[in-house]
Amino acid sequence: MSELLIRNACVIDPLRGINAEVMDIAIRDGVIVENVGGSAEVIDAHGALTLPGGIDSHTHICGTKVNFGRYMSPEDMRAGRTPRRGHMHSTSGYSVPTTYGNSYRYSAMGYTTLLEGAMAPLEARHTHEEFLYTPLQDTMANTLFDGNWAIMEAIRDGDTKRVAAIIAWTLQAVKGFGVKLTNPGGTEAWQWGKNVSCIRDPVPYFEVTPAEIIRSIVEANELLGLPHSVHLHCNNLGMPGNYTCTLGSLGLIPDLNPKRQTLYATHVQFHAYGGSDWKDFCSKSEPIVRFVNMRPQIVIDMGQVMFGRTTTMTADGPMEFNLYRLHHEKWSNHDVELETGSGIIPVVYRRKNLVNSVMWAIGLELALLMESPWQCMLTTDNPNGAPFVRYPEIIALLMSKRYRDAEFATIHPDTGSRVPLPAIERELDWYEIAVMTRAGQARALGIQDLGKGYLGPGAEADVAIYPIRIDEVDPAVDYQKVIEAFSQTEYTIKRGRVVSRRGECLVDGSNATLWVRPNVSDDYDMGRDPDFIEKFDRYYTVRMRNYPVQEEYLNRDRCIETEAGI
Amino acid sequence: MIVKDVVCPFCGCLCDDIEVEVEGNRVVAVANACELGATKLTGERRMKNPILRDGDAWKDISYDEAIRYASDMLLSAERPLLYGWSGTHGEAQCVGVHMAELVRGVIDNTSSVCHGPSILAIQEVGHPGCTLGVVKNRADLVIYWGSNPIDAHPRHLSRYTYYADGFFLENAFRDRKVIVVDIRKTETANVADEFMQIQPGGDYAVLSALRAIVRGRAESIPQTVAGVTREQLIRVANLCKEAKFGAVYFGLGLTMTQGKYKNIRNAIELVTELNRHTKFTISAMRGHYNVYGSNEVNTWMTGYPFGIDFSRGIAFYNPGETTAVDILARKECDAALIVGSDPAAHFPRRCLEHLADIPVVQLDPYPNATTAFCNVQIPVAVTGIDAEGTAYRMDGVPIRTRKIFSTEYPSDEEVLSRMYALMQEDG
Repeated sequence: MSELLIRNACVIDPLRGINAEVMDIAIRDGVIVENVGGSAEVIDAHGALTLPGGIDSHTHICGTKVNFGRYMSPEDMRAGRTPRRGHMHSTSGYSVPTTYGNSYRYSAMGYTTLLEGAMAPLEARHTHEEFLYTPLQDTMANTLFDGNWAIMEAIRDGDTKRVAAIIAWTLQAVKGFGVKLTNPGGTEAWQWGKNVSCIRDPVPYFEVTPAEIIRSIVEANELLGLPHSVHLHCNNLGMPGNYTCTLGSLGLIPDLNPKRQTLYATHVQFHAYGGSDWKDFCSKSEPIVRFVNMRPQIVIDMGQVMFGRTTTMTADGPMEFNLYRLHHEKWSNHDVELETGSGIIPVVYRRKNLVNSVMWAIGLELALLMESPWQCMLTTDNPNGAPFVRYPEIIALLMSKRYRDAEFATIHPDTGSRVPLPAIERELDWYEIAVMTRAGQARALGIQDLGKGYLGPGAEADVAIYPIRIDEVDPAVDYQKVIEAFSQTEYTIKRGRVVSRRGECLVDGSNATLWVRPNVSDDYDMGRDPDFIEKFDRYYTVRMRNYPVQEEYLNRDRCIETEAGI
Repeated sequence: MIVKDVVCPFCGCLCDDIEVEVEGNRVVAVANACELGATKLTGERRMKNPILRDGDAWKDISYDEAIRYASDMLLSAERPLLYGWSGTHGEAQCVGVHMAELVRGVIDNTSSVCHGPSILAIQEVGHPGCTLGVVKNRADLVIYWGSNPIDAHPRHLSRYTYYADGFFLENAFRDRKVIVVDIRKTETANVADEFMQIQPGGDYAVLSALRAIVRGRAESIPQTVAGVTREQLIRVANLCKEAKFGAVYFGLGLTMTQGKYKNIRNAIELVTELNRHTKFTISAMRGHYNVYGSNEVNTWMTGYPFGIDFSRGIAFYNPGETTAVDILARKECDAALIVGSDPAAHFPRRCLEHLADIPVVQLDPYPNATTAFCNVQIPVAVTGIDAEGTAYRMDGVPIRTRKIFSTEYPSDEEVLSRMYALMQEDG
């Protein structure tokens, strides 16, 4: 039995409605308890800000395309190097760090749970292999279904239960957590070098529309009782005027789940553009936010852009090719048979560039205009908008109008006429930041029942203690102190152990992988479905028996079983 | 006993539909595999136990002794080289990276003498690729450039391209065109619809000519380019542009000939250009069944696919300096651990002269050319036969190889993990 007592912690714990109360946190064997014995190890927080461990609900850290981002970019690897030291292995990389680099840097920032945003089922084993080398966070993977042939055929046949059955079989086979749609239909069209323009445009050959894919898979997701909602990367990412497409997509979503949202729309910054081309490109954050404010069934994340160099990587292959034609940097693409695709290019977001300046403003506007922080998660779509190490700056921007104004003065001078940002006075408070970086994520991912995202008895003892006293710092003025505090915890505690202290990782760690097994009736077991098996054997290049990810790839196996309604 | 869906641990095709018949600890029959795969799966005459060089003779030693020898050798070396890795499973490769990091050594895999230049090109211009099944189901045009799959990847044509069933092709064999580009008429050229014969060293010029034609500059092309007529170049460029889905597979005939990585860069840029007209992909015909896995493992653990030097504490990558051939030729390394490859059969003489002068430990089930340079050889289980583990197909699809039967031999991962544990204790 190991016991730990954190004394004098200034706790913000939004899932329990606790806002800056100084209290003690007792931990036994990795779980938060009411109290511990006198021999427990004691950490005195001295009134420092103490939050549940950070949760990133949309990041790209592990798997085929992430690793290809590293593989093709030795210049990025050279841009962030640390040697082996103590328990820490050497790391490389700035925008796409090595797995240890991701794990250590996230841990130093207080993050204890990460969701890989896009895993191609056929290549899931790769994602899980990298999870094993991401030791200081629990991990889970959104699984891509945007161009899945069997699903599109079932949708064409109007058989939502079969859609659900295919998702169920695939999730348990590849040890996936949630359902991800990236440019639904577009990734299949891209395997012919084409794309879909928006939600009413049929997918070549399959003759289903993105709207049908979205609606049917949203229903199937709820039939299966999955912890997380469908996680959508809308069609038309990055195109001027795409906000109407985004509104159309969001308008498809009914309110089907009393516990959480029915749709998680990711990196909405990239989908909130007005204008008819790059010349009249402008922000449409306001109509998007107005729409989402009225719909509790939708949660978004920011996808904030920060100025500087990064690497863009997404399953949205056609979008990356368009981006390549703008930037003329190197371009990689990787289509995956019967399922999805991906693309990668490096980019530099520049202050002097008007489009980039508008993008920067839109992300902030989304967070500042949303009434409820529970509906807007803080992300950069790491590393697409910026590497996650920029989160502390984003927090400071959201908390300080003065900081925003100072930054605004340095960007393209025409930005002011195209964005509402300068007129927004709102400054988020500590509580709202805590919602947007952990509590909101836990609820949106549906993992609070697993003890994630709060600090009450029964919760997993994932705690971040930041070196800042919120009663002494005015974030609107001292934004630099906010950045410093969120950049490096005093203590990051994972499963009751101190894993990171002032940036130094202290243990080897061992991650847990969260995945979902929906229990379906025998009639809906695709493993026994003759048509599914026959097509699998004929058109995949991997045998059905060799496709599922074996238990050897799960370090700590946290299977979430759901009772499906099929 | 019949074992189905066996994963063939020979080439980068990583065929996973093999059936084998097992009697005790022997594979007695193999179905579905090519001759290369069948030979590997039925391989015999393994080394019985670890051996230590004793003057001009070999002495049998225990695994404990052999592992201790290797651990001491690596710990006492100033600049150890850990080379090979393409012929073992990913889990063993991961331990190898940790070992290299611990002793501040150099870890390199066989791509530095194989598709290393292809990787350099990708690092300059990227890589438009796809999984093999995308080509199987869609491609109506396949180009083999400087590669001869009938000899080197015998089932590539039947499983993934020419003869494979394709979802979007009514009669795949008739509807697909195959173009072979090579300096000589290979076996694969014999079955192709179009053979473009290039003078040795002329690949770069031919690629440039094709790029010019695709960009609408056919008038600038001379009558012949590196032995290829202007008419044929225009015909091939048009075939590419008119295809619904084209796929280029290139081999060492493009990678390791004059121009090297610039050839690959040019080929990738041709394919990128073609994507403005239709859909086109390009991929390397990777050799060892898990050479790509070694690149993947190295990349997520160190940031670089091969040629990683830990002597500064950080991972440092500079192909041509931190690659095995260069380090041996400069007589820089003072100990070598060889896993899952046979450098003595492939490296230049100058490198082998140095290899003969330094202590060498090899992990390999069989005696091979490198055995002659070893101080210690440790026989291990063969991945895909009596050991299991992850391998990455040439297109990046990871597959877990099966264990067909059990033996007393430890796997590469087991031997290396014990070695690493000793090194951590003593280091």
